[in-house]
Amino acid sequence: MSATVSTIRQPLIEGGKTYHQITEDICTPTERTPSTAWVIAFLFAVTGLAVYVFCLAWTIWNGIGTWDLNRTIGWGWDITNFVWWVGIGHAGTLISAILLLFRQKWRTGVNRAAEAMTIFAVICAGQFPLIHMGRLWLAFFIFPYPNTRGPLWVNFNSPLLWDVFAISTYFTVSLLFWYTGLVPDFATIRDRAKGIRRKAYSFLAFGWTGSAKHWQRWESLSLVLAGLATPLVLSVHTIVSFDFATSIIPGWHTTIFPPYFVAGAIFSGFAMVQTLMLLTRKVLNLKQYITLEHIESMNKVILATGSIVGVAYLTELFIAWYSGYIYEQFAFYNRVLGPYWWSYVGMMACNVISPQVFWVKKFRRSIFVTFFMSIFVNIGMWFERFVIIATTLARDYLPSSWSYYTPTWVEIGLFVGTLGLFFTLYLIFSRVAPVIAIAEVKSILKSSGDQYSGPNAAKHHATQAEAH
Amino acid sequence: MKKGANEVLFGLYDDEEILIKAVKQAKADHLEIMDVYTPFPVHGLDPALGLAESRLHIAGFVYGAIGCLFGFLFMTWVFTRDWPIIFGGKPYFSAPAFIPITFELTVLFSAVGMVITFYTICGMGPGIMNPTLDDRITDDKFCIAFNANDASQETLDRLKGFFSSTGASEVQTKSI
Repeated sequence: MSATVSTIRQPLIEGGKTYHQITEDICTPTERTPSTAWVIAFLFAVTGLAVYVFCLAWTIWNGIGTWDLNRTIGWGWDITNFVWWVGIGHAGTLISAILLLFRQKWRTGVNRAAEAMTIFAVICAGQFPLIHMGRLWLAFFIFPYPNTRGPLWVNFNSPLLWDVFAISTYFTVSLLFWYTGLVPDFATIRDRAKGIRRKAYSFLAFGWTGSAKHWQRWESLSLVLAGLATPLVLSVHTIVSFDFATSIIPGWHTTIFPPYFVAGAIFSGFAMVQTLMLLTRKVLNLKQYITLEHIESMNKVILATGSIVGVAYLTELFIAWYSGYIYEQFAFYNRVLGPYWWSYVGMMACNVISPQVFWVKKFRRSIFVTFFMSIFVNIGMWFERFVIIATTLARDYLPSSWSYYTPTWVEIGLFVGTLGLFFTLYLIFSRVAPVIAIAEVKSILKSSGDQYSGPNAAKHHATQAEAH
Repeated sequence: MKKGANEVLFGLYDDEEILIKAVKQAKADHLEIMDVYTPFPVHGLDPALGLAESRLHIAGFVYGAIGCLFGFLFMTWVFTRDWPIIFGGKPYFSAPAFIPITFELTVLFSAVGMVITFYTICGMGPGIMNPTLDDRITDDKFCIAFNANDASQETLDRLKGFFSSTGASEVQTKSI
């Protein structure tokens, strides 16, 4: 069944694994008692979650007056965090859907965890638009439901409503895609488990048997869902960028926003995947499945999208100057040299300049450099959203309304708190579900296992022959 | 599958390449395979088994088309018939502004519809426990199953002969 694979391709599964060893390696972390590292990480994450709950309660009880937003700057950390989290979510869908359509086999090592990351990031993102409405208990007003006020419908022409549809569709489709992929792997855990765990996993496995017809339909479903998720993921950040681009604020009203936001989203998402994968492969001992080859591939994506984002920043500056429109020119002058110059510098340094180290192969394959870069990129992308939102609003049309904005402890607590929420969910996921798609890794073993392809294959065959 | 109704004779293979050869042999011998179970999707198995291509994607297209029409026509109805409002001096029927939501609903209907259809036709769902033949089928064993209800000793011997000649590592019977 070995498909034709170039001999110069590096193997994606190391250690001469058999099918059974793959099952063992990936299922074991869900079966043993959690390690000390996991417990410590979980305590930190739950503390963060507690901070979130407290700040959320504080905001709801006292109102969003506890934030430092003002008449001029109506969006601050709330929408910055929203866009940042949505962006992070995009890498999961990119890995699982777009790379599936492109038949990139390296996706099988990281897709499961990346999709989980997508779902958790979208959960975190969804908090902010809801909280920033102020009256959280009326959030259902954003959905077009038959009501007694006419019925009075929502404004379907508003990008903010498009956002509601985009984010909720994105969350639903990602969840279905992820869970359908998990079902066969839950069945694998079910068939290894005993007692109460077997009952629990039987429930989660939906009665999967592994029948040939079911596999055929499963593959067909995965392929079509990937085909649907691909334009979907591009549409989601496009629509998020419409929140800004369809306004009449100089600095927001630009046609470059959709591709620039999508590239930025993939960029930050891959950085977050790197952060999580480097920790996961170490803590769960999965270095033979998430190899340096995977890390290098992702670093190449980070380099490419980081450079696209860099080109977009420069294009914005050029077009602002070239337009000859003084308000546009002022908006960008202010963005670079205004009161928030430090966030522009942070953005440029983290997003455009530092990823250029990945032109060097040695750095692309260095765990240490990759980890630090992944953190840098996420800081940089957070700055990007802050630059777009706060800087632009701080200097609007009327100099008498100019203002400055710094977050209060409540806003900082909400952001740190969503990090806690995110990591709590991810850590629970890594305990109860296989973090690598078992069935999919098995299906590429014979074309990408190191005993079958790559430089180790010849050596492996030699030792095999000797052993006989 | 009804519980406790079927007597199944099945053989386990250690490798998918042996499995496919065995399936082809079974077809050549005109043995009626009840089902084949594998731990992962084995490419080349469908043609060997003679399985027709899944029509799930057609269902996906139909659901998507329904979502697309529903979204667009609903917004059109709301803004031209039910409660016309002028937004930003644009016409009531401002089709370009309906496109994003129309697209999202197309994707949503198609994805949700396909997933529900998939689980329904496969007889799966939350809490459903379908009987399985062997716990190792989701690990590293590849299984060919024959229906052995009311099978004569002669037929059973023939099937067992088939398993040993095609390299099955184990042969068992189980009623499911």
